[in-house]
Amino acid sequence: MKTRRQFIKISAISAGGLAVAGTAWSLLKDLSLKDELKPAWTKGEPNAHIPTYCEICFWKCAGWVHTDEEGRIQKIIGNDADPHCNGRLCPRVTGGVGMYYDEDRLRKPLIRTQERGKQVFKEASWDEALEYIAKKMKEIAAKHGPESIALFNHGSGGSYFGNLLKAFGSDSIAAPSFSQCRGPREVAFDATFGELVLSPERTDIRDSRCLVLIGSHLGENMHNGQVQEMSDAIDRGATIITVDPRFSTVASKSKYWLPIKPSTDIALLLAWIHEIIYNDWYDKPYVEKYTHGFEELKAHVKNYTPDWAYGITGIDPNVIYETAREMAKASPAVIVHPGRHVTWYGDDTQRSRAVAILNALLGSWGRRGGFYSPEKAHIEKYPVPEYPKPTKTWRDSFPGKFNLANEVVASAISEASIPSEENKFQFRGWIVYGTNLIFTLPDQRKTIKAIQNLDLLVVIDTMPMEITGWADVVLPECTYLERYDEIRVSPHREPYIALRAPAVEPAFDTKPAWWMAKGLAEKLGLGAYFPYNDIEEMLDWQLKKLGSSLNEMKKIGVKKLVRENDDLYFNGLDDIEFNTNTGKIELYSTAFEAEGFDPMPKYTAHETPPDGYFWLIYGRAPMHTFSRTANNPNLTDLMDENTVWVNPSVAKVYGLQNDQYVKLKNQDGIVSETSIKVRVTERIRFDSVYMVHGFGHRQKQMKRSYRRGASDSDLITKVLVDPIMGGTGMRGNFVTFVTGEE
Amino acid sequence: MRYAMAIDTKKCVGCSDCVVACQTENNVPIGYCRDWIVESTDGTYPQLELELRSERCNHCKNSPCVRCCPTGASHYEQGGIVMVDHEECIGCGACIASCPYDARYPHPDGYVDKCTFCQHRLLSGLKPACVSVCPTKCLYFGDLDDPNSDVSKILKKRKWKRLIPEAGTDPQLYFLI
Repeated sequence: MKTRRQFIKISAISAGGLAVAGTAWSLLKDLSLKDELKPAWTKGEPNAHIPTYCEICFWKCAGWVHTDEEGRIQKIIGNDADPHCNGRLCPRVTGGVGMYYDEDRLRKPLIRTQERGKQVFKEASWDEALEYIAKKMKEIAAKHGPESIALFNHGSGGSYFGNLLKAFGSDSIAAPSFSQCRGPREVAFDATFGELVLSPERTDIRDSRCLVLIGSHLGENMHNGQVQEMSDAIDRGATIITVDPRFSTVASKSKYWLPIKPSTDIALLLAWIHEIIYNDWYDKPYVEKYTHGFEELKAHVKNYTPDWAYGITGIDPNVIYETAREMAKASPAVIVHPGRHVTWYGDDTQRSRAVAILNALLGSWGRRGGFYSPEKAHIEKYPVPEYPKPTKTWRDSFPGKFNLANEVVASAISEASIPSEENKFQFRGWIVYGTNLIFTLPDQRKTIKAIQNLDLLVVIDTMPMEITGWADVVLPECTYLERYDEIRVSPHREPYIALRAPAVEPAFDTKPAWWMAKGLAEKLGLGAYFPYNDIEEMLDWQLKKLGSSLNEMKKIGVKKLVRENDDLYFNGLDDIEFNTNTGKIELYSTAFEAEGFDPMPKYTAHETPPDGYFWLIYGRAPMHTFSRTANNPNLTDLMDENTVWVNPSVAKVYGLQNDQYVKLKNQDGIVSETSIKVRVTERIRFDSVYMVHGFGHRQKQMKRSYRRGASDSDLITKVLVDPIMGGTGMRGNFVTFVTGEE
Repeated sequence: MRYAMAIDTKKCVGCSDCVVACQTENNVPIGYCRDWIVESTDGTYPQLELELRSERCNHCKNSPCVRCCPTGASHYEQGGIVMVDHEECIGCGACIASCPYDARYPHPDGYVDKCTFCQHRLLSGLKPACVSVCPTKCLYFGDLDDPNSDVSKILKKRKWKRLIPEAGTDPQLYFLI
């Protein structure tokens, strides 16, 4: 039966067509459906507005939680004073209420009673659960040293477990968002400009006249402030150039869409650099004053002409010339966007270097409409004893590898948990906070092998994600709507702080991360590192140091502080020393050269799909953040499964129809565990397929997401490791269709 | 006074925030909606065009749903807002069948429900929830009789179209193209 739900799915609508709705009488059958009332698990103050910042993605928009006349959570609206959202939220923040009302939430601490992965647990008290963890941690420390316990973290509460781990004696605190996502660009920009891109990105889209997106699908990734600024840029008539094998939403809003052959981006970037240099379109005074290695670069790109790139990328040489010209015309108010998820083909740091070099030539770094220089508030650390110095770190597992990684490589810790000849230092225990490693790390079999070798796996989450099924102890966290967390201090044009306060009491037997970490610390005899009775005490102390207070922040939610330096942009004449070896913007990277890597990016041909196989490209939908939202009732209502996008010419050959379910099989013969619906669309190249990441869950406890759609993580078994920083390139996998099942 | 809405298809990214904001603002039960996103693609690879539209009740001047309602539950209110009186509605569904835009749905509590332009918010000087929340600011709302309203100004400046004008209902949703 067609229901109105089909209205709101934005997929599977044929060319030129309108959504076809179920009409009248068939719909009335739905009258028997019961209104899903909001369960009053816990209550807060009635008709109140409580400040929060979102926990669904890293953008952390600040908003107000509204309670109804009974004190139940009603809705979340944006905080007008917050530059991350300007009072306008994205669907995930608005739908954040569903994270609280999800009836499939974790409710009680769980301790495993049978072998790992069988998912047989007993409910435990908090005391029992923390006691169990503390005992195991002490055993591991006694046998192998405290350094052999690692933390994987994604989210605000992770910092408390980070502090706990540091107090315990380990500094292996990894965010998969580095080696599985944004790491290559951070290392590349660091090598070029001596500074990181950061989050939110320092892109000055607001004032940009030309925005170049390479595989970055703004609008489908709802990085709120950036999408807002892009929308304003469209109003102002800025030129958008999108490079993507898929006709993404933003490609449809672009003056130029370059439907590039996957894996060939570096060739395009080199040709652009060639055009900018050899047509004398670069910012000469800027390049002369600030950069190192221009002549070397000029010689390096001599043969990388648009005609050369055409044969590789499939992009018309005239279009390469024209788009380079557009960038030059807008210079310095031009952004070649660094992207975010950039772990694609294993040469990602070099690709990001090409992006950074292009920006340097266009003089956009540090300039209005290019990249601004952000500032963030400095929150004073609550006084705690000095942390012990670990005698080993994650780097000791594989000595000499990934020296240029400027954060911990999560996948290397996973690898170092498997005993091997190469592995010099094995990890024995993991604490996993807010990240579903089974889907986050590529090559699930390897992750599970690592887990099976552990002496302890603790998982802290709000939902029974796949990773919880492998845990020894599961600690149920209350959602961000039920807790305080640290003050948000993310960098922006001006420094801002934002408060997250609980709108209601924690539901069930759930607790905030700070409470768990403090409780565990006390059991480990490390209570001195958490010298507060309640987090409110610490927040108030920290806020007072900044000239505010907890009371004030509860009323305003967001506060703008004053910039310490007047250097949002530089004017191109200032004397500036960059934090690189040469003190200049390094077009030629001395740091890379010293480590034995190419000082300037080169194009290397990558493997292409064998006959009958297609590049597997994955991405995001605006209403979901990976696994995290997959079971959220409000957000699954907007999108409850992913589809595999297939070009009509391919569909014809394989006899695929819209809405037909297929499985996908990769180059290693691995078949997706669940089936996925076909979407036949002109919006994808004939040599590629596309799917949204985060679906295909098999945790029965998550009823709305159970076996809905398929998981790209199933199919990413070939991992192209970036030798420079350990990033896990995931775009080198090819799939074909398996029909006739389901 | 004549309320109307303009939707900028050039800026809409189809994120569906308007849908979920409406649901949480108006207590629309999960599984139903008063507004929705339509995506339509034209052309063949690589010459393609994509239009994204946030759609809802068109608050038509000549509304078939008002004319066909046997109990008078569907009616016009100030500013031309088409409303349903939940008490009077018997859930017969005639209005659902008559609407060329499929803007109405049967609420599980037994009446027919649809977009109200967030009349309760308008009365306290606020914009409809979908307009207030939209991250791309692609929704414009206001009084067409007021030349200074957001919607009047944008309609003067930009090209627009209306959906299914041939149905003769004089719809009041304007899609900027």
